[in-house]
Amino acid sequence: MPQIESNPINIVLVVAAVTFFTRIMPFLFFDSNKNAPGSVIYLGKIVPPAIMAMLLIYSLRNVAPLKYPYGLPELIALSTVILLHLWKKNNLVSILSGTVLYMFLVQKIFS
Amino acid sequence: MHNEIKWEVKVIIKALKAAFPATIPVLLGYLFVGMAFGILVENIGLDYFWAGFISATVFAGSMQFIMISFLKSPIGLLEVGLVTLIVNLRHMVYGISFLEEFKRMGKLKPYMIFTLTDETYALLHSAKPPDNIDKKLFYFFIAFLNHIYWISGSVLGALFGSMLSFNSKGVDFAMVALFAVICTEQWTSFSTHWPALIGGLATLLSLLVFGPDRLLIPAIFIIITLLLMTKPGLEKKIQENSEGE
Repeated sequence: MPQIESNPINIVLVVAAVTFFTRIMPFLFFDSNKNAPGSVIYLGKIVPPAIMAMLLIYSLRNVAPLKYPYGLPELIALSTVILLHLWKKNNLVSILSGTVLYMFLVQKIFS
Repeated sequence: MHNEIKWEVKVIIKALKAAFPATIPVLLGYLFVGMAFGILVENIGLDYFWAGFISATVFAGSMQFIMISFLKSPIGLLEVGLVTLIVNLRHMVYGISFLEEFKRMGKLKPYMIFTLTDETYALLHSAKPPDNIDKKLFYFFIAFLNHIYWISGSVLGALFGSMLSFNSKGVDFAMVALFAVICTEQWTSFSTHWPALIGGLATLLSLLVFGPDRLLIPAIFIIITLLLMTKPGLEKKIQENSEGE
């Protein structure tokens, strides 16, 4: 049986070390694109749009479309962000307007 | 080929000034989500030092929230390590896009790897340094500012969280909006929509099958498998893309 740990410092150090390990992994195997296999270089180029789509959906994973307010605040704010971004192409304007709108919706309209 | 970074005050301040606007969405998200973390740390009887220390050394949002329960009702270190490995496994995919870029960063490389969170990964892909700015310093400051926001939020939350009267409900939507903006940009600029579609559908499928708390690892597994299977076709498209730049 593993020993039960109650000292916070040990827990923090283990979590920090393992987290860093997950981040440094690819760099331990491949020094640069030169010694990385073709499929890894390919993945490095092709994976970002897939990961961004994943992170977007992941960040919305707790939205419940079948319960009040049916994901409406998210839907309205998200559409605003995307349309505003297609129109103005300004990251800050899109993100800040969407966030303020979302805060207004969840605090005042769908509260 | 290795341009050394010029550590001159003027160059540094210019890079810092250029990087700051790009990080404002993360400032909002990290400050408030960091505060939520700080409040939880305080609730389990640890003080602001611990909140800041954990955020400085771990710097991984979802894992830090999971960690609260480990600190509250202690478990074996082996289990702590395994859960951390599984929750943060996605980070293994992030580095492969930055093998070359980080290599060029010399002494800053370990720090860039250490600070490669979801949001920093996203900003490094989307933020473009202005022409007259040192690109390496620009990237460094994006990572560094995000790190500072996260630590500050955690410390502030632990110190003053209980007295907070400003209704911040919904402010963490800034992170959703950041990812949405980057998805929109990549959708319009990337030569093929397949990676984004694969990423989105794989994640939705995982969400339906595995639920909100266990979706990331199956999602990444499906994404990598499908992208490798479609390599012959997609590789041609991204080559056209990079030639067009």
